[in-house]
Formats: sequence, C-alpha cells, structure tokens
Amino acid sequence: MTPAAIELEGLGRSYGERPALTDVTLSLPAGQTLAVLGPNGAGKSTLLRVLATLLRPHSGGARVLGCELPREGWAVRGRIGFLAHEPMLYRDLTGRENLRFHAALHGVAPGRVGELLDRVGMAARADEPIRALSRGMVQRLAVCRALLGDPELLLLDEPRSHLDPHASELVEPLIGRSSGCTRVVVGHDPAAGLAEADLVLGLRGGRQQLLAPADGLDPAALQALYA
Amino acid sequence: MAPVLAILRKDLRTELRTRQSVPAMSLLSTTTFVVFHFGLDRSSVEGELAAGVLWVTLLFAAMLGINRLFVAEQEEGGFDGFLLAPIDRSAMLLAKVVALLIYLVALELVALPAFALLLLGPAPTQALPELLAIIALADVGIAVVGTLVAALAVRARARELLVPLLALPLLLPVLIGAAEASAPLFLDAGAEPVKAQWYLVLGLYDMVFALLAYAVFDFLVED
Amino acid sequence: MYGHGLRSLSIASSVSVTTALALVFFYAPNDADQGFIQKIFYIHVSMAIVALAGFVAGGAFAVQHLRTGDRRWDLRSYVAIHLSIVLAVGVLITGSIWARGSWGHWWLWDEPTLVSFLIVALLYACYQPLRFAIEDAERQARYASVFAITAGAFVPLNFLAVRLAEAYTHPRVLSTTGGAMPGSMRFTFLVTLGAVALLFVTLWKYELTSKNVRIQLKALRARLAPAGPDH
Repeated sequence: MTPAAIELEGLGRSYGERPALTDVTLSLPAGQTLAVLGPNGAGKSTLLRVLATLLRPHSGGARVLGCELPREGWAVRGRIGFLAHEPMLYRDLTGRENLRFHAALHGVAPGRVGELLDRVGMAARADEPIRALSRGMVQRLAVCRALLGDPELLLLDEPRSHLDPHASELVEPLIGRSSGCTRVVVGHDPAAGLAEADLVLGLRGGRQQLLAPADGLDPAALQALYA
Repeated sequence: MAPVLAILRKDLRTELRTRQSVPAMSLLSTTTFVVFHFGLDRSSVEGELAAGVLWVTLLFAAMLGINRLFVAEQEEGGFDGFLLAPIDRSAMLLAKVVALLIYLVALELVALPAFALLLLGPAPTQALPELLAIIALADVGIAVVGTLVAALAVRARARELLVPLLALPLLLPVLIGAAEASAPLFLDAGAEPVKAQWYLVLGLYDMVFALLAYAVFDFLVED
Repeated sequence: MYGHGLRSLSIASSVSVTTALALVFFYAPNDADQGFIQKIFYIHVSMAIVALAGFVAGGAFAVQHLRTGDRRWDLRSYVAIHLSIVLAVGVLITGSIWARGSWGHWWLWDEPTLVSFLIVALLYACYQPLRFAIEDAERQARYASVFAITAGAFVPLNFLAVRLAEAYTHPRVLSTTGGAMPGSMRFTFLVTLGAVALLFVTLWKYELTSKNVRIQLKALRARLAPAGPDH
C-alpha cells in the first residue's frame, strides 16, 4: 500500500474567534490528486495554507509527507510547491531575478531557473520587470517558482486561472496529473476538478461536507455543496 | 549564509531600481538642516547643540527608511515566499538589519557633508575617527531596533504612524548616547576626547537589542 | 484559578493603604528643607517602583506567552502593563506637583527618574494603539508580547542612559542625607511601598478575573447562538 502523503485528523484552524476549518479528516495516498471544492469562504485556501506550513493547526493532527505539523514543518518545507492566489513575485524585479532569488532561498542550482523558464515558454520575457507583464505571464512565472525545488507535493490554488489554452498546455505536464506529484487542487469549477482528481473533499463553512473517490461521485451531492 | 545574501541582494537591487528610501532620507536630512537654521536662527552650531541637531536629524530621516523596510514583503507576498523556504527565519532579520545599515550609511554620506557645509561651526575633520566610531555604534542600534519596529508595524493598520511612535522612544538611549558622545567633538575651541562611558552605553544597547531581536523575530514573521 | 483570595487581598489592601496614609500624615516628620510637600514623595516613589516592577513583570509574562502559546499569559501581561501605565501617569503628575511645590517649576529636566518615566510612559502609551491596530487576535497577542518584551528590556537601558546624561542629579530625598533617611521616614516609605504594591496586585487580580469572566461569557454565548449564515 502506498504510504499516505497527507493525513489529517480532526484538523481545525481559526481566525480569531471565527473558525475557518473544523474537524477535517482525510488521508491522501502518494501520487494521487485531491480536489478541494466548495463555495467562497469555505476554507479551501486556509486548508492549503495549513498544508503549506504557513499556518499552524489549532486543533487536531496533520502529517504531510510523513512529517508532523507544526513540529516538523521545517523538514517538509523544501518538498512542497505552493501555487497560491498571490504569485509571490516582487513587482520591481524581473522574472529571472525573482526566480533566481527563490532558487537561492531554496538552495536550488540557478540552472534550474533557465530550464523551467524554457518549459513554460517565458524565456524570452524573463528579463522584464513583473509589473510590465500580463497576469497570465505572471501566473506562468509563479508556476516556475512553485516548481523550483522539484517538489513531491503540489498545492495548487486555481492553477489555470489567467492562463490561455496554449499556456495551459505548456503548464499541464508540470503541474497536471502527468507530473506524478501528489497534488491538492482548489478550484471553482466542480466538473474540471472532478475530471482530474482521485479523491474529492467538499467544504462548506469550514466543515467537511463530503469526502469520496472521484469515480462514481454523484453530481447531485456536489450541487448540494454550492446550494 | 547564502539566503541572507540573496535577500540582501534583492533588497539592494530593488532600492537601486526604485530609489524609494535613500534619496528621500537624504533629502529630508538636508531640508531639516535648513529648517534648523531658521528655527534656531543661527548660522552655525557647535558643541552640544551641533551634536543634538545632527542626531535628531539623522533619527528622523531614518524613520523614512524604517517605514519602507518590509513594505514589499507585505504587499507582494514576500513573507509567504520567504516562509515557504526551508531556511532559518533569522536570515530575514539579518538581511534586513544589514540593508537598513547600508541605507543609513548612504544617508550619512550625504547628511554629514551637508551638515558640515550648512551648519557646523568647527571643521568636522578634527576628530573624524572618533565620530565614525560613534556613528558606527549608533547605526547598529538604529538598524536593529528599526528593523524590529518595522516588522512589528508592517502588518498593523496606520503603519506609518506607528513606526515613529514606537521607534523614537525606543531609540532615545541611542540619541542620548550618540549626542553626548559626539558633543565634545564639535567644539569650536578644538575637539575634546569622548567620554568612554558613552561607547559603553551604545555598545550595551546594541548588544541587548541584537539579542532580543534575534530571540523574538520568529514570532513576528510566522503565523 | 481566578477569583480566589480576592476578598482577603482587598481587605489587606484597604488596611495597608489606610495605615500608610495615616503614617504619612501623622507619623512621618516634616522634611527640614522642603516642608509638607515632601510627603508626596512617599506615594510618588512608591508608584514609580511598583510601575517599573509592573512593566518588567509584563515583559516576563509576555516571554511566557511566547514560549507556551497560552493566551492567559498574554492577558496577565496586558493587565500588568495597563495598570502600570496608569501608575506611570500618576508618577508624572505627583512628580510634577512635587517639583512645583519644592522647586517652583512644573517640570524638571534634571531629575533623571522623572525624565526616564516620561520616556517610558510615551513608549508604553503605544501599547494599546498597537494592539488595536492589529486585527487578527492571535497575531495581536503575539505582537503585543514582542512589544512588551522589547519595552521591558528598554526600561533599564533607558534609566541608565538618562542618569548618565544628567551631569548633576538634583538632590532627592532618598539620597539627601547620604542615603541615611531618618528611621521614621524610612519606615513610612516602606509601608507606603508595600501598600501600593499590594493595591497593584489586588487590582491586577480583579481586572484579570473580570476579563476572564467576560471571555467565558462570550464563549458560552457563541456556543448557544444559532449557526450563522454560511460564509
């Protein structure tokens, strides 16, 4: 049996008085994809941030890639690629400078930067400041940033937003199912989410409403989530 | 060490490209000297008055640099990007302190000659090594406490108001130490030696706050 | 945990404060140089010492908060600092009155303790604005603790620097006669100091208990409230 890449047990996290996540429990085997679906404010982004070690769990247990959070967060950081809503790129630096900076932070050889730029088709415009690029181009650079450390686990928050079909195609082998990584994908389109997932988690108001394999999932159950 | 240099290089590159902090700090210092000229109604100052004018000006100009220190991190997702990396959180503290130190030195490269030109009575070269030693000690204190206050204020509302309110009282011992130390160097009748106790005060302050900053910085950046 | 011993503390405080006041007005002799106004020094210096101890305690509680993550330490730190700020303002006011009565000026720059207190008060005056400027409750507590620790470390350094800066320390009653206060004065002072300290601890416990009750009430209310609209 493949070891679990992610194990959550009653995970909870609050913002002050307001609970953002309550009692989330799941187990995701390595190499599989978890789709996290739910309406706005359901806690999807919070879940990603906890998995990325950016937020500490307030209750319950979390194990990511075999390491217990938050105690062993430092051990797992370098093995996670987080593609968030924010590109996390400095607007006054060029794409290449940004990536080289993150490469230095992650202890990655600078050569990897050029390699990734080529694969997303941004090599030509990598030397322009971020503020001069379109949102779609910035998104491609953000994908590069997430992949610098050759991560085992990908945390993707609406990865294809702002990407035109051509860019989507370029990015697919890197962050899609064929990448071979364990993936957690947050999306707003339930159908698309289902299509590329092995396991589906439905959140609403921070609570776990459904957890089921994607195969044979009743679409009506999904509708209820957004009702 | 490499992450510290990477962050430092990124900050310096951004500053060179956007020129946000250092030109404003230098300009403010020169303008403040002019304001002092009119406010005090004097064409030249010496001794304790000179030391006071110089250090008050440097301190207020430093506020501008402190205000902007973490803004890019806060607004462009830099904190998240940093926290995702498998490195010690103190790397950011060290990089930012050194960056602020460099901005202060750049400020002083403009402010000191301006001061000598506009307001200072006696020649500044009469005790340059001691003056530089005092400036070095004081700058370290300003850089450490400035970085701490900047990190504290950057995620609060009304951050530009909070920075001077927090930093100025905290930096008063630096002001006292630096002004008292440099006062004898600016005497018209010829520079007199600096009292050793002021070096000790500045050194003690630097040490205490450096250790403190190292101990608490993690709590400021993590969630 | 909270609310224990409040009655005995209150009684002890009332008794000691009354005793101290009685001693100050009826037992302690009038100072030869300064006359009756010197009596305000008993309360002034007592408040100063207790306020400083309160600030340092606030810093120590803050260290515990950061080490353990237990929010109760943050509450203790907050209340200690908040009460010390009130005392510090009292120090400034009584110091000012004393200065006016003894030396004819409302403010004295060459009284290093007074000047140091002005700086400390200005610094800690930012404590509550800082807390209110940060919205997330957990982060607010953490940042406030960092500030409490920084300010706590700052206080002794500040006193050192200011004291060194004042070339002449104005003769203060504590060191007028070369540190040898007449026995009656010393006794009165010690009793007053004890009374102020006891009062501080009593008020601290009262405020902690009151805040704790309010927190528990809010938690209960949240549990009883119907589930809000999904967000």
